[in-house]
Amino acid sequence: MTTLGDIEVQVQAMHGNVQPILNEVLHALDRLIDTNEATTIDLASLPFAPGERDALQAALGTGELSAQLDALGTSSIRETLYPGVWWIEHRNVYDEVVGRYLEITRMPEILSSQIADICAGRARLGEQFK
Amino acid sequence: MKYTPTVGEILQAKGVSRRGFLKFCATTASLLALPPSMIPRIAAAIENARRPSVIWLSFQECTGCTESLTRSASPTVEGLIFDAISLDYHHTLQAAAGEQAEAARHAAMEENDGGYLVLVDGSIPMANPGYSTIAGISNVDMLLDTVKGAAAVVAIGSCAAFGGLPGASPNPTGAVGVQNLVKDKPVVNVPGCPPIPTVMTAVLAQFLTFGTIPDLDKHGRPLAFFGNTIHDRCYRRPFYEQGKFAESFDDKGAKAGWCLYKLGCKGPTTYNACATVKWNQGTSFPIESGHPCLGCSEPKFWDKGGFYQPLSTGHFGSGATLAGAAVAGVALGVAAATAGKRRQAKYAKEA
Repeated sequence: MTTLGDIEVQVQAMHGNVQPILNEVLHALDRLIDTNEATTIDLASLPFAPGERDALQAALGTGELSAQLDALGTSSIRETLYPGVWWIEHRNVYDEVVGRYLEITRMPEILSSQIADICAGRARLGEQFK
Repeated sequence: MKYTPTVGEILQAKGVSRRGFLKFCATTASLLALPPSMIPRIAAAIENARRPSVIWLSFQECTGCTESLTRSASPTVEGLIFDAISLDYHHTLQAAAGEQAEAARHAAMEENDGGYLVLVDGSIPMANPGYSTIAGISNVDMLLDTVKGAAAVVAIGSCAAFGGLPGASPNPTGAVGVQNLVKDKPVVNVPGCPPIPTVMTAVLAQFLTFGTIPDLDKHGRPLAFFGNTIHDRCYRRPFYEQGKFAESFDDKGAKAGWCLYKLGCKGPTTYNACATVKWNQGTSFPIESGHPCLGCSEPKFWDKGGFYQPLSTGHFGSGATLAGAAVAGVALGVAAATAGKRRQAKYAKEA
Protein backbone atom coordinates (compact mmCIF):
# COMPACT_ATOMS: atom_id res chain seq x y z
CA MET A 1 0.00 0.00 0.00
CA THR A 2 1.24 3.49 -0.83
CA THR A 3 1.85 5.63 2.23
CA LEU A 4 2.16 9.39 2.50
CA GLY A 5 5.92 8.98 2.77
CA ASP A 6 6.01 7.34 -0.67
CA ILE A 7 4.56 10.36 -2.44
CA GLU A 8 7.26 12.38 -4.06
CA VAL A 9 7.18 15.97 -2.87
CA GLN A 10 9.64 18.50 -4.16
CA VAL A 11 10.25 21.62 -2.15
CA GLN A 12 11.65 24.31 -4.36
CA ALA A 13 14.33 26.26 -2.63
CA MET A 14 14.00 29.70 -1.12
CA HIS A 15 11.82 32.63 -2.01
CA GLY A 16 14.17 35.30 -0.81
CA ASN A 17 13.33 35.76 2.88
CA VAL A 18 16.65 34.67 4.35
CA GLN A 19 18.92 37.37 2.92
CA PRO A 20 16.71 40.35 3.94
CA ILE A 21 16.43 39.00 7.49
CA LEU A 22 20.18 38.57 7.71
CA ASN A 23 20.51 42.17 6.54
CA GLU A 24 18.05 43.26 9.23
CA VAL A 25 20.13 41.39 11.81
CA LEU A 26 23.24 43.14 10.53
CA HIS A 27 21.64 46.56 10.96
CA ALA A 28 20.35 45.59 14.41
CA LEU A 29 23.88 44.58 15.43
CA ASP A 30 25.10 48.02 14.30
CA ARG A 31 22.50 49.65 16.57
CA LEU A 32 23.45 47.38 19.46
CA ILE A 33 27.13 48.27 19.05
CA ASP A 34 26.56 52.00 18.55
CA THR A 35 23.77 52.78 20.99
CA ASN A 36 23.17 49.57 22.97
CA GLU A 37 19.65 49.45 21.47
CA ALA A 38 18.15 45.95 21.45
CA THR A 39 15.97 44.65 18.60
CA THR A 40 13.48 41.81 18.47
CA ILE A 41 12.36 40.25 15.18
CA ASP A 42 9.12 38.26 15.41
CA LEU A 43 9.63 35.38 12.99
CA ALA A 44 5.95 34.37 13.18
CA SER A 45 4.94 37.42 11.17
CA LEU A 46 6.99 36.50 8.11
CA PRO A 47 5.63 34.40 5.21
CA PHE A 48 8.32 31.73 5.14
CA ALA A 49 8.36 29.19 2.31
CA PRO A 50 8.78 25.55 3.35
CA GLY A 51 12.36 25.00 4.45
CA GLU A 52 13.18 28.69 4.60
CA ARG A 53 13.12 29.04 8.39
CA ASP A 54 15.47 26.07 8.66
CA ALA A 55 17.75 27.77 6.14
CA LEU A 56 17.77 30.92 8.27
CA GLN A 57 18.53 28.90 11.38
CA ALA A 58 21.36 27.10 9.55
CA ALA A 59 22.77 30.40 8.31
CA LEU A 60 22.90 31.76 11.86
CA GLY A 61 24.32 28.54 13.29
CA THR A 62 24.73 27.59 16.93
CA GLY A 63 26.93 29.54 19.32
CA GLU A 64 28.49 28.71 22.64
CA LEU A 65 25.60 29.44 25.00
CA SER A 66 22.13 27.98 25.30
CA ALA A 67 19.58 27.95 28.10
CA GLN A 68 16.23 26.32 28.73
CA LEU A 69 13.40 28.00 30.59
CA ASP A 70 10.60 25.98 32.17
CA ALA A 71 7.65 28.33 32.55
CA LEU A 72 4.28 27.61 30.86
CA GLY A 73 6.12 25.01 28.79
CA THR A 74 9.75 25.09 27.81
CA SER A 75 11.55 27.87 25.99
CA SER A 76 14.93 27.56 24.39
CA ILE A 77 17.18 30.60 24.38
CA ARG A 78 20.23 30.01 22.25
CA GLU A 79 22.98 32.32 21.13
CA THR A 80 23.81 31.90 17.46
CA LEU A 81 27.29 31.81 15.93
CA TYR A 82 27.09 35.60 16.00
CA PRO A 83 27.42 36.95 19.56
CA GLY A 84 24.50 39.17 20.47
CA VAL A 85 22.12 37.35 18.11
CA TRP A 86 19.79 35.01 20.01
CA TRP A 87 17.32 32.47 18.62
CA ILE A 88 14.39 32.13 21.01
CA GLU A 89 11.59 29.59 20.80
CA HIS A 90 8.69 29.48 23.23
CA ARG A 91 6.77 26.22 23.53
CA ASN A 92 3.61 25.44 25.47
CA VAL A 93 3.09 22.53 27.86
CA TYR A 94 2.20 20.32 24.88
CA ASP A 95 5.60 21.13 23.33
CA GLU A 96 4.02 23.11 20.49
CA VAL A 97 5.85 26.24 19.33
CA VAL A 98 3.87 29.35 20.31
CA GLY A 99 6.47 32.01 19.54
CA ARG A 100 9.72 32.26 17.66
CA TYR A 101 11.97 35.34 17.79
CA LEU A 102 15.41 36.64 16.95
CA GLU A 103 16.66 38.94 19.67
CA ILE A 104 19.65 41.12 19.02
CA THR A 105 20.79 42.08 22.49
CA ARG A 106 23.55 41.50 25.02
CA MET A 107 21.28 39.19 27.01
CA PRO A 108 17.57 38.45 26.51
CA GLU A 109 15.50 39.99 29.29
CA ILE A 110 13.74 36.71 29.99
CA LEU A 111 17.03 35.20 31.22
CA SER A 112 17.41 37.77 34.01
CA SER A 113 15.92 36.92 37.38
CA GLN A 114 12.81 39.06 37.68
CA ILE A 115 12.35 41.24 40.75
CA ALA A 116 8.86 39.86 41.47
CA ASP A 117 10.23 36.31 41.44
CA ILE A 118 13.21 37.36 43.58
CA CYS A 119 10.84 38.83 46.19
CA ALA A 120 8.65 35.72 46.17
CA GLY A 121 11.73 33.49 46.49
CA ARG A 122 13.09 35.63 49.34
CA ALA A 123 9.79 35.21 51.16
CA ARG A 124 9.83 31.44 50.67
CA LEU A 125 13.39 31.15 51.94
CA GLY A 126 12.57 33.39 54.90
CA GLU A 127 9.71 31.04 55.82
CA GLN A 128 12.25 28.27 56.42
CA PHE A 129 13.89 30.20 59.24
CA LYS A 130 10.71 30.98 61.15
CA MET B 1 -20.85 43.72 43.96
CA LYS B 2 -18.69 40.67 43.46
CA TYR B 3 -14.92 41.16 43.37
CA THR B 4 -13.40 40.69 39.92
CA PRO B 5 -9.74 39.67 40.10
CA THR B 6 -7.17 41.23 37.80
CA VAL B 7 -5.57 39.04 35.17
CA GLY B 8 -2.25 39.46 37.03
CA GLU B 9 -3.88 38.05 40.17
CA ILE B 10 -5.36 35.14 38.22
CA LEU B 11 -2.00 34.23 36.71
CA GLN B 12 -0.24 34.63 40.08
CA ALA B 13 -2.80 32.33 41.70
CA LYS B 14 -2.00 29.77 39.02
CA GLY B 15 1.66 29.90 40.04
CA VAL B 16 2.81 31.60 36.84
CA SER B 17 6.25 33.18 37.44
CA ARG B 18 7.21 36.63 36.20
CA ARG B 19 9.29 34.99 33.48
CA GLY B 20 6.23 32.96 32.47
CA PHE B 21 4.21 36.18 32.45
CA LEU B 22 6.77 37.87 30.17
CA LYS B 23 6.57 34.87 27.85
CA PHE B 24 2.77 35.22 27.90
CA CYS B 25 3.05 38.93 27.03
CA ALA B 26 5.59 38.31 24.23
CA THR B 27 3.28 35.77 22.65
CA THR B 28 0.29 38.09 23.10
CA ALA B 29 2.17 40.89 21.27
CA SER B 30 2.86 38.46 18.46
CA LEU B 31 -0.80 37.43 18.49
CA LEU B 32 -1.88 41.07 18.15
CA ALA B 33 0.66 41.68 15.36
CA LEU B 34 2.22 44.37 17.53
CA PRO B 35 5.94 45.10 17.62
CA PRO B 36 7.91 43.41 20.41
CA SER B 37 8.73 46.89 21.75
CA MET B 38 5.10 46.95 22.98
CA ILE B 39 5.67 44.04 25.39
CA PRO B 40 6.24 46.23 28.51
CA ARG B 41 3.02 48.16 27.79
CA ILE B 42 1.11 44.93 27.24
CA ALA B 43 2.53 43.52 30.48
CA ALA B 44 1.38 46.58 32.45
CA ALA B 45 -2.07 46.55 30.84
CA ILE B 46 -2.71 42.82 31.25
CA GLU B 47 -1.49 42.75 34.81
CA ASN B 48 -4.10 45.29 35.87
CA ALA B 49 -6.93 44.28 33.52
CA ARG B 50 -10.13 42.98 35.09
CA ARG B 51 -11.49 39.69 33.87
CA PRO B 52 -14.11 40.51 31.21
CA SER B 53 -17.37 38.60 30.96
CA VAL B 54 -18.09 36.90 27.64
CA ILE B 55 -21.44 35.60 26.41
CA TRP B 56 -21.22 33.31 23.40
CA LEU B 57 -24.35 32.80 21.29
CA SER B 58 -24.56 30.00 18.70
CA PHE B 59 -27.22 30.29 16.00
CA GLN B 60 -27.42 28.66 12.52
CA GLU B 61 -23.96 27.08 12.60
CA CYS B 62 -22.13 23.77 12.36
CA THR B 63 -20.04 24.22 15.56
CA GLY B 64 -16.91 24.33 13.40
CA CYS B 65 -15.98 27.75 14.80
CA THR B 66 -16.20 26.54 18.40
CA GLU B 67 -14.31 23.42 17.37
CA SER B 68 -11.57 25.53 15.77
CA LEU B 69 -11.25 27.69 18.85
CA THR B 70 -11.34 24.94 21.43
CA ARG B 71 -8.79 22.93 19.44
CA SER B 72 -6.61 25.97 19.73
CA ALA B 73 -7.01 26.01 23.50
CA SER B 74 -4.12 23.60 23.79
CA PRO B 75 -1.52 26.30 23.23
CA THR B 76 -1.05 27.55 26.75
CA VAL B 77 -1.03 31.22 25.90
CA GLU B 78 -4.39 31.07 24.18
CA GLY B 79 -5.63 28.86 26.98
CA LEU B 80 -4.53 31.52 29.41
CA ILE B 81 -6.45 34.15 27.52
CA PHE B 82 -9.50 31.99 27.96
CA ASP B 83 -8.69 31.60 31.64
CA ALA B 84 -8.46 35.35 31.76
CA ILE B 85 -11.99 35.87 30.47
CA SER B 86 -15.14 34.71 32.15
CA LEU B 87 -17.06 32.64 29.61
CA ASP B 88 -20.43 32.93 31.30
CA TYR B 89 -22.64 31.44 28.60
CA HIS B 90 -21.87 29.07 25.74
CA HIS B 91 -24.62 26.52 25.31
CA THR B 92 -22.41 24.05 23.44
CA LEU B 93 -19.76 23.98 26.16
CA GLN B 94 -21.70 24.66 29.36
CA ALA B 95 -23.21 21.90 31.45
CA ALA B 96 -26.41 23.82 32.17
CA ALA B 97 -29.29 23.77 29.70
CA GLY B 98 -32.72 25.33 29.20
CA GLU B 99 -33.91 27.69 31.94
CA GLN B 100 -30.76 27.27 34.02
CA ALA B 101 -28.57 28.30 31.10
CA GLU B 102 -30.78 31.27 30.29
CA ALA B 103 -30.63 32.34 33.94
CA ALA B 104 -26.81 32.29 33.70
CA ARG B 105 -26.97 34.51 30.60
CA HIS B 106 -29.24 37.04 32.29
CA ALA B 107 -27.11 37.03 35.46
CA ALA B 108 -23.95 37.73 33.41
CA MET B 109 -25.76 40.54 31.56
CA GLU B 110 -26.96 42.18 34.78
CA GLU B 111 -23.66 41.88 36.66
CA ASN B 112 -21.60 43.23 33.76
CA ASP B 113 -24.04 45.68 32.22
CA GLY B 114 -22.27 47.85 29.62
CA GLY B 115 -18.97 45.97 29.86
CA TYR B 116 -19.38 42.44 28.55
CA LEU B 117 -18.49 41.03 25.16
CA VAL B 118 -20.95 39.08 23.03
CA LEU B 119 -19.48 36.49 20.68
CA VAL B 120 -21.76 35.06 18.02
CA ASP B 121 -21.27 32.14 15.69
CA GLY B 122 -23.88 31.20 13.11
CA SER B 123 -26.26 33.26 11.02
CA ILE B 124 -29.68 34.50 12.04
CA PRO B 125 -32.77 33.29 10.09
CA MET B 126 -35.12 36.15 9.24
CA ALA B 127 -37.49 34.42 6.78
CA ASN B 128 -39.13 32.79 9.78
CA PRO B 129 -37.57 33.34 13.22
CA GLY B 130 -38.98 29.97 14.27
CA TYR B 131 -36.47 28.18 12.04
CA SER B 132 -33.90 28.38 14.83
CA THR B 133 -34.69 28.81 18.51
CA ILE B 134 -32.94 28.25 21.83
CA ALA B 135 -35.01 27.65 24.96
CA GLY B 136 -38.00 28.77 22.89
CA ILE B 137 -36.37 32.10 22.06
CA SER B 138 -35.75 32.97 18.42
CA ASN B 139 -32.17 33.75 17.41
CA VAL B 140 -33.00 37.33 16.48
CA ASP B 141 -34.73 38.01 19.81
CA MET B 142 -31.88 36.44 21.79
CA LEU B 143 -29.29 38.44 19.87
CA LEU B 144 -31.03 41.79 20.23
CA ASP B 145 -31.78 41.17 23.91
CA THR B 146 -28.21 40.11 24.71
CA VAL B 147 -26.38 42.93 22.92
CA LYS B 148 -28.35 45.64 24.76
CA GLY B 149 -25.80 45.90 27.57
CA ALA B 150 -22.73 44.75 25.62
CA ALA B 151 -19.56 46.76 25.12
CA ALA B 152 -19.03 45.16 21.71
CA VAL B 153 -20.06 42.20 19.58
CA VAL B 154 -17.70 39.81 17.79
CA ALA B 155 -19.15 37.82 14.88
CA ILE B 156 -17.14 34.60 14.74
CA GLY B 157 -17.03 32.85 11.36
CA SER B 158 -18.43 33.69 7.94
CA CYS B 159 -21.99 32.72 8.95
CA ALA B 160 -22.18 35.24 11.79
CA ALA B 161 -20.28 37.85 9.78
CA PHE B 162 -22.00 37.60 6.40
CA GLY B 163 -24.70 34.90 6.53
CA GLY B 164 -22.23 32.27 5.30
CA LEU B 165 -23.33 28.86 4.12
CA PRO B 166 -26.92 29.15 5.43
CA GLY B 167 -27.16 32.36 3.43
CA ALA B 168 -25.99 30.73 0.18
CA SER B 169 -28.35 31.04 -2.77
CA PRO B 170 -31.34 30.58 -2.59
CA ASN B 171 -30.97 31.34 1.14
CA PRO B 172 -34.05 29.39 2.27
CA THR B 173 -33.98 30.69 5.85
CA GLY B 174 -33.34 34.32 4.97
CA ALA B 175 -30.04 34.06 6.87
CA VAL B 176 -28.22 37.30 7.71
CA GLY B 177 -25.12 38.21 9.65
CA VAL B 178 -24.92 40.07 12.96
CA GLN B 179 -24.01 43.41 11.36
CA ASN B 180 -27.32 43.40 9.49
CA LEU B 181 -29.20 43.50 12.79
CA VAL B 182 -26.94 45.19 15.35
CA LYS B 183 -26.51 48.84 14.46
CA ASP B 184 -25.87 50.56 17.79
CA LYS B 185 -22.85 48.57 19.06
CA PRO B 186 -19.37 48.05 17.65
CA VAL B 187 -19.36 44.82 15.64
CA VAL B 188 -16.08 43.05 14.81
CA ASN B 189 -16.24 40.43 12.07
CA VAL B 190 -13.82 37.50 12.27
CA PRO B 191 -14.88 35.57 9.15
CA GLY B 192 -13.52 32.28 7.88
CA CYS B 193 -14.93 28.80 7.57
CA PRO B 194 -13.73 28.35 10.23
CA PRO B 195 -11.80 31.45 11.24
CA ILE B 196 -8.15 31.14 12.26
CA PRO B 197 -8.24 30.46 16.01
CA THR B 198 -5.35 32.85 16.59
CA VAL B 199 -7.37 35.70 15.09
CA MET B 200 -10.31 34.96 17.38
CA THR B 201 -8.09 34.96 20.46
CA ALA B 202 -6.25 38.07 19.24
CA VAL B 203 -9.51 40.05 19.27
CA LEU B 204 -10.18 38.81 22.81
CA ALA B 205 -6.59 39.60 23.81
CA GLN B 206 -6.88 43.15 22.50
CA PHE B 207 -10.12 43.72 24.41
CA LEU B 208 -8.54 42.21 27.50
CA THR B 209 -5.33 44.20 27.15
CA PHE B 210 -6.48 47.61 26.00
CA GLY B 211 -10.25 47.47 26.47
CA THR B 212 -10.66 48.39 22.81
CA ILE B 213 -11.56 46.69 19.57
CA PRO B 214 -9.01 46.55 16.74
CA ASP B 215 -8.89 48.79 13.66
CA LEU B 216 -11.29 47.36 11.07
CA ASP B 217 -11.56 47.22 7.27
CA LYS B 218 -14.68 48.01 5.22
CA HIS B 219 -16.17 44.60 6.06
CA GLY B 220 -15.59 45.11 9.79
CA ARG B 221 -12.60 42.73 9.90
CA PRO B 222 -9.47 43.41 12.02
CA LEU B 223 -6.97 45.07 9.69
CA ALA B 224 -4.01 43.43 11.41
CA PHE B 225 -5.16 40.09 10.01
CA PHE B 226 -7.31 41.06 7.04
CA GLY B 227 -5.23 43.96 5.70
CA ASN B 228 -3.52 41.91 2.98
CA THR B 229 -4.75 39.30 0.55
CA ILE B 230 -3.62 35.70 0.81
CA HIS B 231 -1.94 36.30 -2.56
CA ASP B 232 0.04 39.29 -1.23
CA ARG B 233 1.71 37.17 1.46
CA CYS B 234 1.75 33.80 -0.32
CA TYR B 235 5.15 32.13 -0.54
CA ARG B 236 4.11 30.89 -4.03
CA ARG B 237 3.64 34.47 -5.25
CA PRO B 238 7.02 34.54 -7.08
CA PHE B 239 5.71 31.72 -9.33
CA TYR B 240 2.67 33.84 -10.20
CA GLU B 241 4.96 36.69 -11.20
CA GLN B 242 7.07 34.25 -13.28
CA GLY B 243 3.98 32.76 -14.97
CA LYS B 244 4.59 29.29 -13.51
CA PHE B 245 1.24 27.64 -12.79
CA ALA B 246 -0.02 24.18 -11.84
CA GLU B 247 -2.56 23.20 -14.52
CA SER B 248 -3.86 20.09 -12.75
CA PHE B 249 -3.43 18.57 -9.30
CA ASP B 250 -0.92 15.96 -10.48
CA ASP B 251 1.16 17.74 -13.08
CA LYS B 252 4.75 18.87 -12.97
CA GLY B 253 3.75 22.35 -11.76
CA ALA B 254 1.72 20.98 -8.84
CA LYS B 255 4.59 18.75 -7.78
CA ALA B 256 7.02 21.65 -8.02
CA GLY B 257 4.77 23.81 -5.81
CA TRP B 258 3.92 26.40 -8.47
CA CYS B 259 1.10 28.93 -8.23
CA LEU B 260 -2.45 27.48 -7.97
CA TYR B 261 -4.20 30.42 -9.65
CA LYS B 262 -5.31 28.36 -12.65
CA LEU B 263 -6.75 25.70 -10.33
CA GLY B 264 -9.18 28.24 -8.92
CA CYS B 265 -7.16 29.82 -6.13
CA LYS B 266 -9.10 32.78 -4.68
CA GLY B 267 -6.00 34.11 -2.92
CA PRO B 268 -5.83 37.30 -5.04
CA THR B 269 -9.30 38.43 -3.89
CA THR B 270 -9.31 37.02 -0.37
CA TYR B 271 -8.23 38.99 2.67
CA ASN B 272 -7.01 36.78 5.53
CA ALA B 273 -3.86 35.87 7.45
CA CYS B 274 -3.57 32.16 6.54
CA ALA B 275 -0.30 32.70 4.64
CA THR B 276 1.50 34.10 7.70
CA VAL B 277 -0.35 32.89 10.81
CA LYS B 278 -1.04 29.49 9.24
CA TRP B 279 -2.96 26.60 10.86
CA ASN B 280 -2.29 23.78 13.30
CA GLN B 281 0.21 25.64 15.44
CA GLY B 282 1.72 27.36 12.40
CA THR B 283 2.34 24.14 10.46
CA SER B 284 0.94 25.17 7.06
CA PHE B 285 -2.11 26.51 5.25
CA PRO B 286 -4.24 25.15 2.38
CA ILE B 287 -2.04 26.48 -0.43
CA GLU B 288 1.04 25.04 1.26
CA SER B 289 -0.78 21.70 1.26
CA GLY B 290 -1.34 22.02 -2.49
CA HIS B 291 -4.98 23.18 -2.49
CA PRO B 292 -6.25 26.52 -3.82
CA CYS B 293 -7.66 29.05 -1.39
CA LEU B 294 -11.50 28.90 -1.38
CA GLY B 295 -11.87 32.51 -0.26
CA CYS B 296 -13.88 31.53 2.82
CA SER B 297 -13.37 34.83 4.64
CA GLU B 298 -15.05 36.89 1.92
CA PRO B 299 -18.77 37.75 1.83
CA LYS B 300 -20.84 35.29 -0.23
CA PHE B 301 -17.81 33.08 -0.95
CA TRP B 302 -20.15 30.13 -1.48
CA ASP B 303 -21.91 31.83 -4.37
CA LYS B 304 -18.87 32.96 -6.34
CA GLY B 305 -18.83 30.12 -8.86
CA GLY B 306 -16.85 26.88 -8.73
CA PHE B 307 -14.04 26.52 -6.26
CA TYR B 308 -11.82 25.12 -9.02
CA GLN B 309 -12.63 27.72 -11.68
CA PRO B 310 -9.90 30.34 -12.09
CA LEU B 311 -10.85 33.89 -11.14
CA SER B 312 -10.26 34.86 -14.76
CA THR B 313 -13.34 32.89 -15.84
CA GLY B 314 -15.56 35.75 -14.82
CA HIS B 315 -16.41 35.87 -11.12
CA PHE B 316 -15.82 39.60 -11.29
CA GLY B 317 -18.43 40.00 -13.97
CA SER B 318 -16.15 41.61 -16.54
CA GLY B 319 -12.67 41.29 -17.93
CA ALA B 320 -12.04 44.98 -17.33
CA THR B 321 -12.69 44.60 -13.59
CA LEU B 322 -10.43 41.57 -13.46
CA ALA B 323 -7.63 43.43 -15.19
CA GLY B 324 -8.05 46.19 -12.63
CA ALA B 325 -7.95 43.64 -9.81
CA ALA B 326 -4.79 42.08 -11.21
CA VAL B 327 -3.04 45.45 -11.34
CA ALA B 328 -4.27 46.25 -7.82
CA GLY B 329 -2.95 42.86 -6.71
CA VAL B 330 0.55 43.67 -7.86
CA ALA B 331 0.42 47.13 -6.33
CA LEU B 332 -0.88 45.71 -3.06
CA GLY B 333 1.95 43.22 -3.00
CA VAL B 334 4.42 46.07 -2.97
CA ALA B 335 2.34 48.04 -0.48
CA ALA B 336 1.77 45.13 1.90
CA ALA B 337 5.08 45.29 3.70
CA THR B 338 4.88 49.08 3.91
CA ALA B 339 1.41 48.92 5.47
CA GLY B 340 2.60 46.38 8.05
CA LYS B 341 5.59 48.53 8.96
CA ARG B 342 3.33 51.59 9.22
CA ARG B 343 1.06 49.82 11.72
CA GLN B 344 4.01 48.68 13.80
CA ALA B 345 5.54 52.16 13.70
CA LYS B 346 2.21 53.67 14.83
CA TYR B 347 2.04 51.47 17.91
CA ALA B 348 5.76 51.79 18.62
CA LYS B 349 5.29 55.59 18.63
CA GLU B 350 2.38 55.32 21.05
CA ALA B 351 4.33 52.96 23.38
